[in-house]
Amino acid sequence: MPTAEVAIEIDCIEKSYGPRRAVDGLSLEIERGEVFGLLGPNGAGKTTTVEILEGYRSPDAGSVRVLGFDPVADGPDLRPRIGVMLQSGGLYPGIRPLEALELFAAYYDDPDDPRRLLELVGLDDVGRTLVRRLSGGQYQRLSLALALVGRPELLFLDEPTAGMDPHARATTWDLVRSLRADGVTVVLTTHGMDEAEQLCDRIAIVDHGKLVALGTPAELTDGQTSDDLRFRAPAGLDRASLAAALRLAPEAVVELHPGEYAVSGEPTPALVADLAAWWRDHDVHIGELRVGRRSLEEVFLRLTQEGRP
Amino acid sequence: MSTTVAGTTGAAAAPRRSPSRRARGVAAQTKVELALTLRRGESLLVSMLIPLGVLVFFSKVDAISSVKNPVDFLVPGVLALAVMSTAMVSLGIATGFERRYGVLKRLGSTPLSRGGLLTAKTLNVLVIEIVQTVLIVGVGAALGWDVTWRVIPALGVLLIGTVAFAGIGMLMAGTLRAEANLAAANALYLFLLFTGGMAYPLAKLPAAAETVARALPAAALAESVRGVLDPGRGFASGEFAVLCIWALVMPLAAARWFRWEE
Repeated sequence: MPTAEVAIEIDCIEKSYGPRRAVDGLSLEIERGEVFGLLGPNGAGKTTTVEILEGYRSPDAGSVRVLGFDPVADGPDLRPRIGVMLQSGGLYPGIRPLEALELFAAYYDDPDDPRRLLELVGLDDVGRTLVRRLSGGQYQRLSLALALVGRPELLFLDEPTAGMDPHARATTWDLVRSLRADGVTVVLTTHGMDEAEQLCDRIAIVDHGKLVALGTPAELTDGQTSDDLRFRAPAGLDRASLAAALRLAPEAVVELHPGEYAVSGEPTPALVADLAAWWRDHDVHIGELRVGRRSLEEVFLRLTQEGRP
Repeated sequence: MSTTVAGTTGAAAAPRRSPSRRARGVAAQTKVELALTLRRGESLLVSMLIPLGVLVFFSKVDAISSVKNPVDFLVPGVLALAVMSTAMVSLGIATGFERRYGVLKRLGSTPLSRGGLLTAKTLNVLVIEIVQTVLIVGVGAALGWDVTWRVIPALGVLLIGTVAFAGIGMLMAGTLRAEANLAAANALYLFLLFTGGMAYPLAKLPAAAETVARALPAAALAESVRGVLDPGRGFASGEFAVLCIWALVMPLAAARWFRWEE
């Protein structure tokens, strides 16, 4: 019986569709009990990677182990232990949510209670509505509940909150947090930087099928001091006058959006003091002042845009 | 949220593929497949009403005057038609849309095996066919058909026909886009109804068309069933051989070319 502290090992996998290389030599280890985020722009190879882990396709080269199993060869051993939420689709249009959960529950040896799950994802009032009449967000929540019904050790969520309203998204985040508290390993792909930052213990950023960054959200944003300073104030300030007061070139002060300014230059105490002095002299009331770490989104955009036209 | 969501961790490494669970999974799948079939009005129309309609209409309207006792001719043909509509049209169209909606893909990552899914689909088809057969034999008897013990061996022939037509339905469902499959299955159904010797004798077709029709599975099934049910005709061994070839080749082709994702 393969047991390991490592839930998933990805060893230098490659996968091409025709001439397009979707995954290009990706290696990763995902530990048991962690919530692991896979981030990347569209077409970066996230879904292909996840579908290799789920046993839907075999890599052209390299190998993966999931809970100690080969997902394709050992599928019958692996499938009872994983829960899968596909990026889209997967449900009979003519089935009812409760019926679908009861059906899926029958596949597993020790399933969770369908009614409890329905309540957990907030669908108890539409348990008897046909799936084709559910909203996009409700459909996603049902997909999530179906992924949980077998009490998985490992859960794959491919863009779980796409199409969800903010309330459903918050419910889903709470759910993922409590799954982690129960020791479930979660692999999720997302476009939401806030989602990744909020939920994930570790994040891998992939682009063109390759790993470009790996770490905790804090590690990824650490040491990434931004070289500018931003503030909000009334629109239309005299930028040339401000630049002169800061002893910077006129183009160093830009108004990004009306009322949102960026000052290019290392945010030294002297610069901040000069800035404050200029505000005082011009009676400018500011709304917000920000320096320091880049957000995960900035890190992501910088990493995935390198080498692009 | 403090409720426990999933209480399982890797420690619970008990065997997770018990035979009873597998049987329960297939049973639950069969139940849902049947419920979904009954919810699709158009599918029921094709599988129940059209064969019965053909039976009643052609036995009452003097459209096939060349046949001495129309209902004797029609019951075997309509039994074949019922098999074609359930095993090829209903099964094929439903499976094609399940493929389109990603249902087949999603089921692929559950413990329900492909074999389990196919078993459930087979049971679904057989249950519908049993209901059809009972209705057709009942309505036929009401129209003056003599029910004989020969219905029992005829069921065996219908079963072989089911294998052939399910193979055709699944081959189209697993290779064509869902909409193309829908159109193709319905068109093929109509074409085979007209060339299958089901509602009127094959001899009514032009000679060349009749030759082609005899090589197709619909006529092969209808004539084989007719040969078994009507002692005066004798067993149609040539047609039966054609049917068996279709029943062998089409499932193999489906297995070879079926794609689980569209």
